Amino acid sequence: MKFAATVPPHVRPRTSVTRVMGEVLLALVPATAAWVWFFGPGLLYNMAIAAGVALACEAGALALRGRAVLPQLQDLSALVTAILLAFCLPPLTPWWITATGAAFAILFAKQLYGGLGYNPFNPAMAGYVVVLISFPEAMTRWLPPTGATLGAWETLRFTLTGMLPGNLGWDAVTGATPLDDLRTQLSLARTVGEIRGGELYGLLGGRGWESISAFVALGGAYLLWRRIIRWHIPVAVLLGVFVPAAFFWLINPGAYPPPTFHLVSGATMLCAFFIATDPVSAATSRTGRLVYGFAIGVLIFIIRSWGGYPDGVAFAVLLMNMAVPAIDHFTRPRTYGHAG
Amino acid sequence: MSRARLWHFHGGLKLDSRTARPASEPLLEIPVPPRLVLPLSQHVGQQAEAVVSPGERVLRGQPIARPSGYVAAKVHASSSGTVVAIEDHPVPHPSGLAAPCIIIETDGLDEPWGGYEPLQDYCTLDGVELRARVRAAGVVGLGGAAFPTAVKLGAGAGLKMLILNGAECEPYICCDEVLLKERPEEVLAGAQVLLRALEIDRCCIAIEEDKPLARQALEAAIAAAGETRIEVVSVPAIYPEGGERQLIKVLTGEEVPARGLPPDIGYLCHNVGTAAAVARAVLGGEPLISRIVTVTGGGVARPRNLQVRLGTPIAALVAACGGYTDEARHLLMGGAMMGFPLPDDSVPVVKATNCVVVASGEDIQPRAPAMPCIRCGECAEVCPAQLLPQQLYWHAHAGELDRLDEYHLFDCIECGCCDVVCPSQLPLTQYFRYAKTELWARDRDRARSDLARDRFESRRARIEAEQETRRRRLEEKTRAANAARGDEDARKAMIDEALERVQARRDDDRADDDK
Repeated sequence: MKFAATVPPHVRPRTSVTRVMGEVLLALVPATAAWVWFFGPGLLYNMAIAAGVALACEAGALALRGRAVLPQLQDLSALVTAILLAFCLPPLTPWWITATGAAFAILFAKQLYGGLGYNPFNPAMAGYVVVLISFPEAMTRWLPPTGATLGAWETLRFTLTGMLPGNLGWDAVTGATPLDDLRTQLSLARTVGEIRGGELYGLLGGRGWESISAFVALGGAYLLWRRIIRWHIPVAVLLGVFVPAAFFWLINPGAYPPPTFHLVSGATMLCAFFIATDPVSAATSRTGRLVYGFAIGVLIFIIRSWGGYPDGVAFAVLLMNMAVPAIDHFTRPRTYGHAG
Repeated sequence: MSRARLWHFHGGLKLDSRTARPASEPLLEIPVPPRLVLPLSQHVGQQAEAVVSPGERVLRGQPIARPSGYVAAKVHASSSGTVVAIEDHPVPHPSGLAAPCIIIETDGLDEPWGGYEPLQDYCTLDGVELRARVRAAGVVGLGGAAFPTAVKLGAGAGLKMLILNGAECEPYICCDEVLLKERPEEVLAGAQVLLRALEIDRCCIAIEEDKPLARQALEAAIAAAGETRIEVVSVPAIYPEGGERQLIKVLTGEEVPARGLPPDIGYLCHNVGTAAAVARAVLGGEPLISRIVTVTGGGVARPRNLQVRLGTPIAALVAACGGYTDEARHLLMGGAMMGFPLPDDSVPVVKATNCVVVASGEDIQPRAPAMPCIRCGECAEVCPAQLLPQQLYWHAHAGELDRLDEYHLFDCIECGCCDVVCPSQLPLTQYFRYAKTELWARDRDRARSDLARDRFESRRARIEAEQETRRRRLEEKTRAANAARGDEDARKAMIDEALERVQARRDDDRADDDK
């Protein structure tokens, strides 16, 4: 009897890129729901636009590069980039800004470097930074989390046409984010305690923001449980934010918000569980991931406290992406049987 | 008797064990087939040399091939009959190529040779004599690697402990488990002989904790013998714990140096099946002519373990297990993780054949096409050698051979763990195997060009030395001629003759150089 040749090991891989990416998308569902609850349906429109543009760009780039389009689209990585980008954009973002961010993320940050697995920078963050520095005004217009100021239809109309309903002006519908507000008010010589009495703030961080952060962390816990991500990067990022924040808060609680505020504000949680953990652009060894994550956390705190932007997650991640080859080089694990 | 603590080795995988069914069946000794095919090379090391010729009648246990070097093992006739041919025949080898084999047509008498005497008391022999007996019996490691056992026993003084490896971690293999359940006293006797051969008094037998029956049987045998030097240790069932480097780490917390061997840190590992073979060889006077083989997989009707004469075709094993089912798709020797495919079932059982998997389509599913590496790092998490498979893959892919050395490619044990966890479905182990052969080829090429350069340089040196000698000889002759100046004619004749000789040699040299 004759038999077909096979290649050891004869055990099929337990997972696939599609499954990994699919789990990441699944883990973002609760946070998406919370986001929509506090800031209205703008996120869903942004997601739809970013996803459409990202998939189209990915397909076009793959076709131009002579790659098989469908199998690679099915890996869902472009979708993950689009969804994470959408999570960073304000609810009222004109469609062409979202499209620009998504297109840059896929075409420049990913496909120009060789596509999935070859990009040195996190594509979602690269796309976000481009629109952040190109359209700074639009990127700071957030809706207040205190109640819906715009309905689903009005939000959609703004997203597509850039028109606010009736006689409403910008001041009537939008405001600053808590991180932004804190910066501004601190520069006006108010104390953290006074500032946090305002209606933008909740128990620990910004109202609404802290709840979304909790759901993001919940999704992160799911990914940890499913072994899609390992604990090193999330823990290191959170510690990297917490440690310096706690230090400065203990020294001067009037000028520095408590470390818990930093953890649940802005994109800290999203960064710790979903952005910094992007395997392609992160460090690979355990020690390397701890170094990488911690440095991102510290950079987030530094940019927020003394830098030019209220949050800083995107810059922190991109800066550390640059350092990844060096980190990987210096944190190679000791091979079995080789002296340390 | 239980050990205070166990250590962990890095990485590894919990694999679904598929041994419940074959391990629950009793061991079956199958009849001698009409034809035995005994490859001259059944072990790591040099191929043996046949000492019989076609037409010759041989008896069971008679040596038919002798070792041609130190790392080599004898081959014995595994039943009585007539040598009909010594020729190339397909053998179980990853290359799939045929190799020289001694083919015996058996006579059904199974007549013993009687050249090896059973031994009443092994304590009458010392280490050297015991090792000679093991070597004469052609015993090699039965765990799958088939390294000549007597060579390992020459490890030298300073050993702390003998480790018997009963940790079969491959998901399909259970020949050691069945051996421990059915013949624990053989393993025990083997351990005692090995301890005496090594002149040490400490032995640890490792059995995976999901094999309680094997452990109980062995412990009962040890208790019955009142043996206190031997300890049975349960180890967690994590693949690839059966690798000796991993097992040593689990039992002792120590690591075997990368370029070294276990005896360098005071340990020696043998498979439990090897220990039983040593007992049969030394005490029973029976050379290695049969072994236990697990025959399993969805493609065989009744998976079980068989006691099989070496040289029996795989087809006979499958027949003894009820034949193929309709599901039979692939044939493997060794386990699902490290085993390799066999082209057909005419290949014989050899000393290294611990398991035959007749895989169904469900056992082995085709891999999805490979995707780009997303650097998830899971391969590094599971690598028992603590390598960075993704970096190795990267450099292997780019053909950067020097970087592969730097990332310790040769520490890869090819266990396949990284393949199993890779979400991109990359055939990593294949890449590493390929890269190793590339590096070997490069080193061979380098050695060859070094040799050629040395040869060229020594030839040039030789030619220069010859010319120098000639020049001196000529000078001496000229001097002698000057001294004999008296006879002008004689002198002239002498000079002419010398010049002619020089001219002739020069012509010769030129002809040489032109060649």
